Amino acid sequence: MQQTFILTVLTFLPVAGTLALLLLRSDDHLWIRRLALITAVAEFAISLLLLRGFEAGATGYQFEEFRAWIPQPPIHYHLGVDGLSLFLVLLTTLLTPLSILASWKSIDQRAKGFFISLLVLETGVIGVFVSLDLFLFFLFWEVMLIPMYFLIGIWGHERRIYAALKFVLYTMFGSILMLVAILWLYRITATAGYPTFDVAQIQMMLSNGTLTMPLRTEMLLFGAFFLAFAIKVPLFPLHTWLPDAHTEAPTAGSVMLAGVLLKMGTYGMLRFCLPLFPEASRRFAPEIAVLAIIGIIYGALVAMVQVDLKRLVAYSSVSHLGFVVLGIFAFHAISIQGAVYQMLSHGISTGALFLGVGMLYDRRHTHLIKEFGGLATPMPVIAALYLFACFASAGLPMLNGFVGEFLILAGTFQKHAAWASWAALGVIFSAVYLLWSYQRVFFGSITQDKNGALPDADWRERGILFLMAAVILWMGIGSTFITRRTEAATQTIMQLMQRPRAYDAGGSNNMDHPAMPVNGANAAASGGVANLVNSK
Amino acid sequence: MLPPLQDLYRIAPEIVLGAFGMLVMFLAPIIPKSRHGVLSAISLVGAALALAATRFTALYPGAAYSGLFRADAFSLFVHLIVIGVAFLAILGSTNYLKREDLDAGEFCALILFATAGMGVMAGAQELLTGFIGLEMSSIASYILASYRREAPKSNEAAMKYFLLGSFATAFFLYGIALVYGATGTTHLDLMGQAGAQTSATLLKMGLGLIFVGLAFKVAAAPFQLWTPDVYEGAPAPVTAMLSTGPKAAAFALALRILANVDAAGPLWFWALWAVAVMSMFAGNLGAIVQTNLKRMLAYSSIAHAGYILVALAAAAATDHPEAGIAAALFYLVSYALVKLGAFLIVAHLGGVGERNVEIEDFTGLARRQPAMAACLSLFLLSLLGLPVLAGFLGKFYVFNAALESNLIWLAILLALNSVIGAYYYLRVMVAMYMREPSKPIATEPVPWTLAVVLWITAAGTIYAGLFPTRIIGFAAKAAVNMR
Repeated sequence: MQQTFILTVLTFLPVAGTLALLLLRSDDHLWIRRLALITAVAEFAISLLLLRGFEAGATGYQFEEFRAWIPQPPIHYHLGVDGLSLFLVLLTTLLTPLSILASWKSIDQRAKGFFISLLVLETGVIGVFVSLDLFLFFLFWEVMLIPMYFLIGIWGHERRIYAALKFVLYTMFGSILMLVAILWLYRITATAGYPTFDVAQIQMMLSNGTLTMPLRTEMLLFGAFFLAFAIKVPLFPLHTWLPDAHTEAPTAGSVMLAGVLLKMGTYGMLRFCLPLFPEASRRFAPEIAVLAIIGIIYGALVAMVQVDLKRLVAYSSVSHLGFVVLGIFAFHAISIQGAVYQMLSHGISTGALFLGVGMLYDRRHTHLIKEFGGLATPMPVIAALYLFACFASAGLPMLNGFVGEFLILAGTFQKHAAWASWAALGVIFSAVYLLWSYQRVFFGSITQDKNGALPDADWRERGILFLMAAVILWMGIGSTFITRRTEAATQTIMQLMQRPRAYDAGGSNNMDHPAMPVNGANAAASGGVANLVNSK
Repeated sequence: MLPPLQDLYRIAPEIVLGAFGMLVMFLAPIIPKSRHGVLSAISLVGAALALAATRFTALYPGAAYSGLFRADAFSLFVHLIVIGVAFLAILGSTNYLKREDLDAGEFCALILFATAGMGVMAGAQELLTGFIGLEMSSIASYILASYRREAPKSNEAAMKYFLLGSFATAFFLYGIALVYGATGTTHLDLMGQAGAQTSATLLKMGLGLIFVGLAFKVAAAPFQLWTPDVYEGAPAPVTAMLSTGPKAAAFALALRILANVDAAGPLWFWALWAVAVMSMFAGNLGAIVQTNLKRMLAYSSIAHAGYILVALAAAAATDHPEAGIAAALFYLVSYALVKLGAFLIVAHLGGVGERNVEIEDFTGLARRQPAMAACLSLFLLSLLGLPVLAGFLGKFYVFNAALESNLIWLAILLALNSVIGAYYYLRVMVAMYMREPSKPIATEPVPWTLAVVLWITAAGTIYAGLFPTRIIGFAAKAAVNMR
């Protein structure tokens, strides 16, 4: 508990940056960009300090901050990170400066508002990941909507207003029910005599049996939380906002949306649904897994037939996030590790794809695949690095996508072979749609004259793409660096799911869902993950 | 024979408001019209002094005039809301009156009188006193609604408001008569004790009629039909006042009855439940199709009355109504801040004769007047219930109270309505930020008086959203000792 302010600094530095931005003249675009970039880079540097100070393998939360905020009802300013949130924070701080760089030239209208929105978004997202108080979590969760709404609605493409409204209304619908659930949970803790919104405390009370709830209540609460997260992920059939939002958003918006915002949903499932409502999670797991598998296959199939490159990448997100949800609800230590890894790797590889698509858009102002063709000739650098991102997204070994998908499938297979077999189809399909689209866009002869003279990546774009490529490669071969740090968190989740408690429905229910061999599974995870990764 | 001094202290705010109202009326013919700013200034001083005079009511709590009136934390809380509203409404309308070439003297005096009436309602512990307060505020409001004499819409608004309002007060009065017949008293505190052994049917009918009368005043469905027309037709600063102050006062009276009369809770509960749900849906669904911003905000007022009624239902459902009452009070504060600000912005941007109050007219506002657009967005987002703003915590406390009383369905319906509400609030923001102006509209500079009001309301909205401790603590204290 030495550096007790680092999370506060990390959360609110971007907002401080926006206050500075407000002081600049609104036509001083150069300095607006520079200041935004400086803020974001400083933010990234601080998050690296976080990484350095993070103690791998320790259970519980680190860098905790705890202060009273509102006494009635008792709401605390409680921040902290564990292995699960640490890398999501890093992902956010990494993608934000890249998004700013990607918008360097393309945003020439109302730049001030754009970068302010982007930085406020960063604060909101980081706040979501580091909040350990349900109220605080909800606050950041909702606040983050507005900058994203502006990013899509003001700087988006033709149907931006429709997409922005759809995005906000979908998310709000889920989150407002989550608010009711949060308050309901609070009432339950109050009835038990310990009124609190504190996640860590509720988890503790649930695991030592201080707090119990009837199964029906648990299922309803799970439903409300899960709905909010499932909309965010998005899980089939709640995904329909995503293609619109992604397609209409400016490049930076898409990168942030795909890179980190979707992860808020899966993060929520891991942080709240599983540990707080384990029995309900188990009972709903088959249905959720089926939806996830449908999402994997459906997303991939729909991606295959897209004529719009950006929409294709958007649908690939539906497919890839399906893997994450599947891994989470397979309840296997390895599959959950894989899910965490896939969250990060999807952020990087899809972020890279969107950045690449954005570069094409900057040149041609279209996303339609038929407008391109043979682009590898005029711009070999972009072509090469885009291919790299495609490979990563398709899960080529040695690159980041492989690790996550492999762990998810390996873990899931041990518990539900059928689920894993169906989901594996998604891996094949993803190679098909990514490579086929790549072929149509970059290979062959130049189909349109104006494409022949397109400039290749400049230093800024090269920087972005090479950095992404380096991260992709590093995550592919150095995965133990991350898994060693996420392991404790996933183990904690598994343990919290094993709580000894008497359900109203009777203990016999547990016989239908035999307890998982938690120690064995964890042992497999500890050695297993490292072995699996190293042996490939 | 003079009343005891303590009694005068307990109604000090009303005395100050009344005295300044009369002073302004007296000075209005003497001071030439070109210098009517002075009258606004005097009224502002009056409102400020009345705010200061609430300190006396805090120092001398207790019943005044043999139990007709009561000074306690609850009445203090509501006094602060209604007098604060009056202060900000007068300050925010000075420039409007000049622009529309309206007489400032009567305007300010009427607002002061109306506010005195609302203060009486806030402290009334006896039904006829409450009725007098209601009439004081209503009659002044009828005139205020018609203040733009030349505008047909303003006249229409006043006529509708007057006719329907008269009906409502008639209901209210008849209810009082029946309740008196049943219990033999009009004192709320005595009624609470007498409630058990009295003629139940008469009491129920009486309380039912009182409920209808108050539901009219707070613009709750199905008694809301006058609201859109009146709010649209009345001068925008008047609407700002109408949609906040009288509503707070009427809710205060309802809460006072609820807390005092034991029979009211069980009897009103289902009525509150149903009226809350109807108001939320009528308001939100009605607002979706509006093209006029003033009208849209009027419908949103109906919806918000529904949200507050959820808190009342929560209070009626249990023997411990404190959480519900505190939630309603907090909501009233957050709502008053926001609605005042929003309507005053509309008053300013509407231009001469309030011609530009269609949502279409707000397109591209973010470019023309970024500060105004940001401010209006802030208010709209608070109405929507976005965190960090007061509106969110208002809803949060209402949710909390509803769940504490096990009204889960009501909470879920409220949640769904918040999402419907999000649609039309965001639509205004779409117009301001994401669309190009449809016609050229001259931008008028923001007068400093309005700027001050907007700063206060915007800062208050953020403050109450971030640090609600003091306000909710005060509201909780107000909720405990109401009988």
